[in-house]
Amino acid sequence: MRSLSVDKPEQKVAFRGGGFTFQSRRWVGFLVFIMLLLLAEWGTRSGVISPLTLPKPTDVFQIFVELYSSGLLFQHLIPSLLRLLVGAALGASLGIAVGLLIGLFSFVRAGLLPLVAAIFPIPKIALLPLFVIWFGIDEGSKYALIAFGTFTPTVVATFAAVDNVDRTLIRMGQSFGLSWVSIVRKIVLPGAMPGILAGLRISLAIAIILLVAAEMLGAEFGIGAYILQAGSLYDLERLFAGVVILSVLGVLVSAVIGAVERRLLDWRT
Amino acid sequence: MELRLSGVGHSYAGREVLRGVDLEVPEGQIVCIVGPSGCGKSTLLRMMGGLEVPAEGEVLQVGHSPEGCLNPLTFIFQDFALLPWRSVAGNVSLVLEDHPIARAERREMVADVLARTRLTEFVDALPRQLSGGMKQRVAIARALVVRPAVMLMDEPLSALDSQTRELLMDDLVNLWVRQPFTAVYVTHNLAEAVRLGHRIVVLSRRPGEVREVIQLDKPLAERGYGDAELEAQQKHLWDLMRAEAAAADAELVGG
Repeated sequence: MRSLSVDKPEQKVAFRGGGFTFQSRRWVGFLVFIMLLLLAEWGTRSGVISPLTLPKPTDVFQIFVELYSSGLLFQHLIPSLLRLLVGAALGASLGIAVGLLIGLFSFVRAGLLPLVAAIFPIPKIALLPLFVIWFGIDEGSKYALIAFGTFTPTVVATFAAVDNVDRTLIRMGQSFGLSWVSIVRKIVLPGAMPGILAGLRISLAIAIILLVAAEMLGAEFGIGAYILQAGSLYDLERLFAGVVILSVLGVLVSAVIGAVERRLLDWRT
Repeated sequence: MELRLSGVGHSYAGREVLRGVDLEVPEGQIVCIVGPSGCGKSTLLRMMGGLEVPAEGEVLQVGHSPEGCLNPLTFIFQDFALLPWRSVAGNVSLVLEDHPIARAERREMVADVLARTRLTEFVDALPRQLSGGMKQRVAIARALVVRPAVMLMDEPLSALDSQTRELLMDDLVNLWVRQPFTAVYVTHNLAEAVRLGHRIVVLSRRPGEVREVIQLDKPLAERGYGDAELEAQQKHLWDLMRAEAAAADAELVGG
């Protein structure tokens, strides 16, 4: 038998199963970010990028330091955060409630689903004048706009998530004689949680966009107002400082949801 | 408690799946229902547990439930149906939480049933950490904790590999020997049927009718792996079913 392998060419089987898998590489994101910043800094310093095209990153940083030390940062940030918090909390909680109702009752579904489909594509910013008439020029209309904007995507995500809850688990609950409330609270709601949280990621990003829009259309303080002021003066450093705040806000919101997911969804792999 | 089915028939969207099924499930015995795929055996089981209403005929429960019984008709599902977000203990205690039982007593009941199913060391594990066999043992524990009058098992071992299946069959036999329970056991696996059934009901292919009822008198505890007598029974069952199974297999799905 051994003689069989003699004189025949031997070759190692080449590995070809690499790639197409996801690996966690956190530092790459930072690296790309820092590289871009360095590139911008080098470009603006050397004159390759004119100061009218892009502000110098260090200048933008300088603006931040000024904003912070003058106390102006919090004067703009706190009203914005409050609006975001109130508006998004209202919209998301109402959205989850209505989404659950649509998911659980076919009557509600038949009645409300067309309505949700009808208001989903409306650009909510277009409704701001209406909200100003309804809820007043100050905070009320801003809360309403943000709440309305987060409401519809949350509804859609929630009822889709309820639809996706494993029916065999619900049958199991029924077969053990669990009450309706128990089935909803202990089976439907936790089962829908992954979908609801995924929907919240989108809804909250929309909330930030609408926050800025609302503040641009009538606010003395707030990040939107700050960006609008800077923009109309073509003060690019300040404009960028405002934009950076928004990005950081987005990253923070996403991190908060990530933390909530890790806590609530630790049962997933 | 006994179950009695008389003249049960059912159809889905104009397609008859069950026709005139008469069946009796005597107390303290395991009745196995075998039949080719699509013969309506799972539908029959769901009707016995009140998860579906027969279009014709009726399902009766005869006699009283045993004392302390919380859920007379209790299912064990093929895909386990465990809540993935609850631990082993949480999954078992779920079915007690709607009953007025003191917290301490509930905990005791859960601990007791987990000990009986030899799951004590896995109390805090989540379903995803368990093997298929372990998951089904948790589901069995969950069914036992409500002290059922009749256990309705829908192909409980079909999702498991053959070795795990043997182990779990031994577990079920041991549980029955220690404390005889009434059960309906739906399966397409004839080996399981002859190991666990006191009575085996053979259904024909769709529309499912009772073709034959076989009584096995050998005590469960004496039946073992590779038992010649059981093999003969199994062969007899297979001869009964062979043509039906082949015909059922050749049918167009949903067509």
